[in-house]
Parts: sequence; C-alpha cells; structure tokens
Amino acid sequence: MRSARYRGSGINREASPLRAGTVPYVSILAGSLLPVLLLQADVMPLAPPLGYIMLVAWRLMRPGLLPIWAGVPLGLFDDLVSGQPIGCAVLLWSLTMIAFEYLEQQVPWREFWQDWFTAGLAIVMYILAAMALSRATVSPALLLAMLPQIVVAVVLYPVFARLVSRLDLFRLARTRRIG
Amino acid sequence: MAPPSSRRSGFSKKAQYSVFTGYLLAALGALLGAGLLALSYWQPGSFAPLRGAASDAVTPVGEVPAAARTGSQSAWDVVSGYFYAGSQNARLREENEIARIRLAEAEAIRDENRRLKALLDLAKGEVEPVATARLVGSSAASARRFAYIGVGRADGLKPGMPVRSPRGVVGRVLEVASGSARVMLLTDSESVLPVRRAGDNTVAFAEGRGDGLLRIRLINLGLNPLKKGDVFVTSGAGGYYRPGVAVAVLSELTPDGGLARLIADPSATDFVSIEPIYEGEAVAASRVGGENELTEQELKE
Repeated sequence: MRSARYRGSGINREASPLRAGTVPYVSILAGSLLPVLLLQADVMPLAPPLGYIMLVAWRLMRPGLLPIWAGVPLGLFDDLVSGQPIGCAVLLWSLTMIAFEYLEQQVPWREFWQDWFTAGLAIVMYILAAMALSRATVSPALLLAMLPQIVVAVVLYPVFARLVSRLDLFRLARTRRIG
Repeated sequence: MAPPSSRRSGFSKKAQYSVFTGYLLAALGALLGAGLLALSYWQPGSFAPLRGAASDAVTPVGEVPAAARTGSQSAWDVVSGYFYAGSQNARLREENEIARIRLAEAEAIRDENRRLKALLDLAKGEVEPVATARLVGSSAASARRFAYIGVGRADGLKPGMPVRSPRGVVGRVLEVASGSARVMLLTDSESVLPVRRAGDNTVAFAEGRGDGLLRIRLINLGLNPLKKGDVFVTSGAGGYYRPGVAVAVLSELTPDGGLARLIADPSATDFVSIEPIYEGEAVAASRVGGENELTEQELKE
C-alpha cells in the first residue's frame, strides 16, 4: 500500500519536477509565516520557531536536498515577517547549515535519536541566540518566559520530522503522466 | 539518513569545487546576515519599507485566522461559562451593586469636571480614532512583542500613535506601511509608558518585561505607597497617550514599585482603535536634539 502510494498508480507516471523542487521551500516559508498569523501570543513568546524547525528537519532528514546557502533567502523571508531585526535569521540559519554540513562529514550515519538530539540542541541555541539578537532587554523574567517555547519546540521536533517525511512522500509522488 | 554519494567529492576536481563553492556561498551568506544585522542595529528604520511590503502582503491573509480565532475564543467562553454559572451569578450581582454606587459617584465627578473645565475653558471632547482594525498577527516566536494590524499610511496612521482596545491601552504604532502597520505592545521589553495611579497622582513608569507583566517603577522613591489591586492609568506625560486611559492592575509589590497585569490583554482583544498622538507638539519638541536647536529667528516666530 505504502509503496503503491509512493510510486503512484500507473507505470507511465513520474514525479513532477516542479513539486520535487518547491515542496521543501514552500513548507519552510509556511513555517515562518504560521506562528505570526495563527497564534495571537501577545503576552509571551509561545510558538516554536516553525520555519527554523522545518529547515532543520529537512536538512537532517534529506541531506543534500537544500543547498548549503539555502539559509540566506529563507532566513531573509523569516526576518521580514517574524519581528526580529533583519539579518538575524540570515546569520543564524546560514551558521546552522554550515554546522550541519560539518557534522555530517563527522557522523554520516545517524539514528533518529541522534538527529533529535542535534535538532534539539540547535533549536535551543537558536532561540537563545535570537533572543540575544532581538534587542530585547534580557532579564530573568524574560528567560523564564522563553522556557515553555523552548520545551515545546524540542519536544515537538519528532512531530515535525514526521511531517517532513510525509511531505517528502508528497514531494516524490509520481503524478505526472508521461507518454 | 546518510548523505548521498554525490556529496562526497573524492578525487573529482569538479565535485571538490562545487562543495567548496557551497561552503563559500554559505559563509558569505552568514557574513551578509551579520552585516544586515549590524545595519538594522545602527539604523533600525532602514529596512522599514522592505518589512512594510512583506507585512502589506501578509496581513490580508491574517484577517481570516484572526476572525476564526475570535469565533473559537467565544465558543470556548460559552462552554466554560456553563461550569461557573452559579458562583459567577452571585459574584456579578454583588459587583452590580457596587457598580451602581460607583456610577452615581462618577456622575457627580463628571458634573464637577464639566464645571471645572468650563472654568478653565478647556473643552476637550472625546478623541476621534484615526482608524479601527483587527489585530491580525503577532511575533509569536520572537522574544519581542509586536502585533500587526491591517491599516496603514493610507488610513492616516503615523508612527507613535497610541493603539487601544475598549478596555485600555494595547501599545503604540511602531512602523507604518501603506496598508499595514506594526504595533509595539506594552509587554515588549523596550516599551515604557508613563502612568499614574488612578485616584491620586503617584506617577510611575510601566515597563514591559516580555513575559506578559508590566513592571511599575515609581518615580519618587522612598516609601512604596502602592497596594495590590491599584489601577494605573496613562498620565499623558510624553505626549503620546491621552491621560486617563486604563493600563494595568498591580498584582505584586516590589521595593521600587510592583508588577502589574495588563487590563487590555491583547490576546483577548478583537478590534483595536488607533488614536491620534495626544500632544503632537510635545512629541516633536522632545525630538529636538542638541545639534538642531532652534535659531534665534525661529524662536521669535
């Protein structure tokens, strides 16, 4: 059943190149946009940085799919909508991509637990760095208020990893009729 | 998943160059990000048009979830209302009694106010809002507390205008694009609002803490005269907000003031109104720095 869905229904089908190329980017852009629009969290930062989590998930689950420099355009879009100073996500997302590229050379074969650990570490560091760069006055109260967001982001990573694998099936579904 | 073999360059010069170019581009991208960040620290307004274009494009999309959010909130209120109906009824009846007494007092005060204002020839009527809008989005993932509204320069908005809900102050307009605007909420850690205690003239600053509470810092230090439950209203100092709009209720005492909860909780707010700057001249005057003082000629005019 699963393989049938993956392959599509006929022998004369192939994956649409447009879909294969755009799904990761569209899902990351949507991730940047969703917390801004869907959640009215005006009293404290509550939503996990979905755009960043999607980027990390795509990068860890599908190495080589996003080019190393993908953090620049995607981060710029995130900066435009997230309320952070422009350049914050461009810098942090690029550094993340470089770090993961290096990590992958050291540890090419990993289990999901290791990926979760890596992603969790990256997310915690990203949230704290973004807070430091946001020009907010860092106080113990603010740090305490960030805590739920950090916990939610790390705990929810497997959900987003699953979502990315579903999106990957969708991305490679053989729907285009040839011949 | 291990990287595909095409990512391992081996002895192929071409593959080695393409890997190297990737690293180079990413490093340049990180540098670009650092540069942009430095620029937005140095000149915070420099990317306003770019950000404005993005929020202009995004806010119309936000109207739909904003409307749905309001609907779902009220549905939840209906459900939870059933559970608290009895105790709430008794409490409301008691509150109603008190409210009637206060209303009578307020009417007396209004009469007195009218008399005194007539005496001073200070007929300032109700402030006509510049625009009304829905809060369509917020910086939910960031450490800063911003909200987005779907009205902008085309509706007459200017940076600095106070934003309020029917309950009280929500924040003030920070950046304006043609059809949308960014609002800095009171809870943002960079927001400072001059307030006074309702009832007397204990003046203080209400600073955002970033976690939903406001820190009330008294200007005259000494004995802390505040009590839990004190209501703070805008004092009108600074010229942005008109005086007497509700801001926060004190919930905790500290040596130099206290912590206060917002009266107009933005996440429970549906529509907000944007009011003109209370005393534009005072705000403009506060911007005159040492290097651009008025000349003798201008002072005479």
